[in-house]
Amino acid sequence: MTRRVRIGLFLPALAGFGALLVWAYTGIPSFGDYQGPYGFVLEKISAPLRHMDNVVNATTYDIRGIDTMGEEFILFAAVIGVVLLLRDDAGRSQDVEDDIGSDVVRVFGTLAIGAAILVGLWLVANGFVTPGGGFQGGVAIASGGLLLYLVAGYREWSAFGNETVLDPIKAIGAGGYVVIGLAALVGGLPFLTNFFGGGDIGTVWSGGSAGFVNWSAGIEVAAANVLLFSEFLEEYIVPIARGS
Amino acid sequence: MTWALPLPVVVPLVAAALATAGDHLLPRRLGDAIGVAGAAGGFAFSLVILLASEKHTQLTWFGGWKPRGGAAIGVAFVADPLGAGLAALASGLVLASILYSWSFLRDAGRPYDVLMLLFGGAMAGFALTGDIFNMFVWFELMGVAAYALAGFEVSQVGPLQGAINFAVSNTVGAYFILTGIALLYARTGALNLADIGHSLAGHRPDGLIIVALTLLVCGFLIKAAVAPFHLWLADAHAVAPAPVCVLFSGVMVVVGLLGVTRCYWTVFDASLAPQAHDVRSVLVALGIFTALLGAVMAFLQRHLKRLLAYSTISHMGIALVGVALLDERSLGGAADLLLAHGLLKASLFLCCGILLVRFEDIDELRLHGKGRALPVLGVMFGLGAVALSGLPYVGTYLGHAQIDEGAALDGIDWVQPLLMIAAGVSSAAILRAGARVFLGWGPTSDPLLSPEPSESPPERSASMPALLGVTAVVLVLGLAVSVAPGLGQRVEQAAGRARDRIAYVDRVLRSRETPSPRPPVAIEATTTDSVLYGIGGVVIALGLALVGLYRRRLPELVLGPLRAALGPPIALLRAAHSGVIGDYVAWITVGTAVVGGVWALLLRR
Amino acid sequence: MSFLPYAVAAWVCIVGIYGIVTSRNLIHLALCLTVMQSSTYLLLLAIGYVKGGGPPIYKGVKLGTKSVDPVVQALTLTDIVVSVTVIALILALALDVHKQAGTVDPDEIREMRG
Repeated sequence: MTRRVRIGLFLPALAGFGALLVWAYTGIPSFGDYQGPYGFVLEKISAPLRHMDNVVNATTYDIRGIDTMGEEFILFAAVIGVVLLLRDDAGRSQDVEDDIGSDVVRVFGTLAIGAAILVGLWLVANGFVTPGGGFQGGVAIASGGLLLYLVAGYREWSAFGNETVLDPIKAIGAGGYVVIGLAALVGGLPFLTNFFGGGDIGTVWSGGSAGFVNWSAGIEVAAANVLLFSEFLEEYIVPIARGS
Repeated sequence: MTWALPLPVVVPLVAAALATAGDHLLPRRLGDAIGVAGAAGGFAFSLVILLASEKHTQLTWFGGWKPRGGAAIGVAFVADPLGAGLAALASGLVLASILYSWSFLRDAGRPYDVLMLLFGGAMAGFALTGDIFNMFVWFELMGVAAYALAGFEVSQVGPLQGAINFAVSNTVGAYFILTGIALLYARTGALNLADIGHSLAGHRPDGLIIVALTLLVCGFLIKAAVAPFHLWLADAHAVAPAPVCVLFSGVMVVVGLLGVTRCYWTVFDASLAPQAHDVRSVLVALGIFTALLGAVMAFLQRHLKRLLAYSTISHMGIALVGVALLDERSLGGAADLLLAHGLLKASLFLCCGILLVRFEDIDELRLHGKGRALPVLGVMFGLGAVALSGLPYVGTYLGHAQIDEGAALDGIDWVQPLLMIAAGVSSAAILRAGARVFLGWGPTSDPLLSPEPSESPPERSASMPALLGVTAVVLVLGLAVSVAPGLGQRVEQAAGRARDRIAYVDRVLRSRETPSPRPPVAIEATTTDSVLYGIGGVVIALGLALVGLYRRRLPELVLGPLRAALGPPIALLRAAHSGVIGDYVAWITVGTAVVGGVWALLLRR
Repeated sequence: MSFLPYAVAAWVCIVGIYGIVTSRNLIHLALCLTVMQSSTYLLLLAIGYVKGGGPPIYKGVKLGTKSVDPVVQALTLTDIVVSVTVIALILALALDVHKQAGTVDPDEIREMRG
């Protein structure tokens, strides 16, 4: 099909599709008028039943925890896919020599790594109290990991940012989630039941076993993101270093 | 048994995580064993759940979050026999593929097994879940694992093109589904299927409901490879390794149809039941169009896996007709058809894998006559092809018969000959290819067939007996579907339960259930009409295969007008199947807009 | 005014699909796919908005105070992760295509067809 035929067929269809969307959206209660019971019910019960202030994370890791488990594995599968697709048959190049940059970069980079990782850990730990949680914190931790490349150069980086180190961490994160769920199953409760009940509300320990689930999500997200970045970085760095 | 309900999903997933964690630490064989154990465990539990679900629909609420005040809070797995059956089929085929791959792809490495396990677990999760957003999550996991598996052989542009077309098309579909979910949530404030259905009961459909129906159906039909959403399937099959194609054709496309079925019967039936015939007519039309289109395109292929992929598209069209007729018999027929088709198509793909290993090629013309060295394989290939054409009491016959009878009951028996033609033509393509490869019939060149890039063989020293063994087991199971005692009745009863929205809502939200009586265990009797159509399908298949092989011997008086009449349409079809992703998404948009527009006109009251 | 967020969501979806169909660069195509996915986040979050509602975090806030819907936020979190992963895969595929074929124009990659 030539582009012209394609566009000729497509534009009217797109207009029709857009009209359908707008027509559907007029049936939604007007903006600000959310009525549906689901959200209100969850808001009422999260604090009393599970001692979690952050209802969004209570939903993500406890009430709808199975969705998050699936999502962890989506991330897991995608990273495996990227590693598969970008694998270089020549193997990782160990003789890449690259400049590390100025001392200023190194000093402030190291400080930034510390800050990023601390902020990330804080975000994960306080997931049930304030906005944050495993995903957000995991990404922040990962950014600390990535800064390591800026600070240390490619060779040092690849000693850390490779599959042998990160795959087990990623797998423990994802697998840990399932194991926690199974632990409930073994105890006779439905899968993924929060079996510590509530800790003290408003503290880091609120959340019970959902807290562990939160941490395992954070670990997995951090490892997966670092691995993703390292794969794409390798594609970029290695040809430059080889001079091609 | 409710404790076992998450296990067909959880066991493969945890095995995948374990295998990855131990990849660089444990010995290779241990990792392999974990992979097989995960697949076997998932399959075993899915069978347990299937048997339990026949007595009572199994139900578990994750995290113990039971409904409050009649409204659902948590996510539930709801296993009725139809869903449990699909979960079992998915887990079983994953196990077969992993066992086959032990020989076929020995150097594939850990990622391959892990992706297979994730794929299988996700399909089981999709089939078993009772929550619409949870369906989306498993749908995406299935998709991501599949995209990675499709792009497995990355050394050539062909596989990459196939993987990109696959990934982009299916992602567009997934986000249509998500938009549909958002619309339903906006209206009902619920994500549990029973809850949504309950909330919509009796309300007249307005724009939001009609467009949500369109988006959900079209999104799932993209996955089910129904025309005009089907263009990605042949590309994906042509490039994925044979055991992966087994899963694509055998279960992944079926998941799309289950999505349509589940969403319609638990959610939309509440609002659209008075206008069911309008919903039906659009879907039946799509089904027939797909069945015929897939069959014709299959006939134009010489790349064996692509040929089989178009045959899958054709059968999905037939199954869609079964689903679309919206009655118990036809839905049961669709399920039986897809069960037999899944197994038979799997065996055909596994045969192709063996051909690839032995002769390092997958092209019908280049393999001309070489298959004579493998007579056992030739017999298996031929049996699979004939069983797909509808030969009475073999393979897909049961499903075809049930769909035909359902159509007759609904008063649209004109679909029956069309479906027979579709099955016949697609099987003709397979038979033609088989005759050329295994018998050496026909010329070695044929300009009608589209040349495709060749495929690199995976593993030269694969163990032939192991590969043949797995293939034979799957083939025999597929052939036996039409004569398995009691299967037809049990599947119909499962279909009936899947259609019963009131009972579903009662079970899920109020834990009330009426136990269902056990149907008699006997081989289903079919009408003479069905037998005649079955024989007709075989006759068409054999005849058209011969014409395909020897058409140059036809007199020019016949050949000339034939060429003139068929040439332009075939050129048009070829142009549409261009391999370019922009075209594919354009067709998806056109299809969705047309379906939505027609339903907007018909369903608005 | 109360329909504007939904109109924007519809527009963003349309623009995304248009970009995918007319794209001449696989990287651009992947990003248009992201744009299309973003329209669903817009839709979800707009659906959950409660006028005068605060965030669904109750630290220091009395239970029963009006707040927006937490469920759509949880759904959007999940969707963002899903779309990031799919985009990563597609970008990796695009990189590979460039390595093999020297081009990233989808219209020029016609190895398979018919």
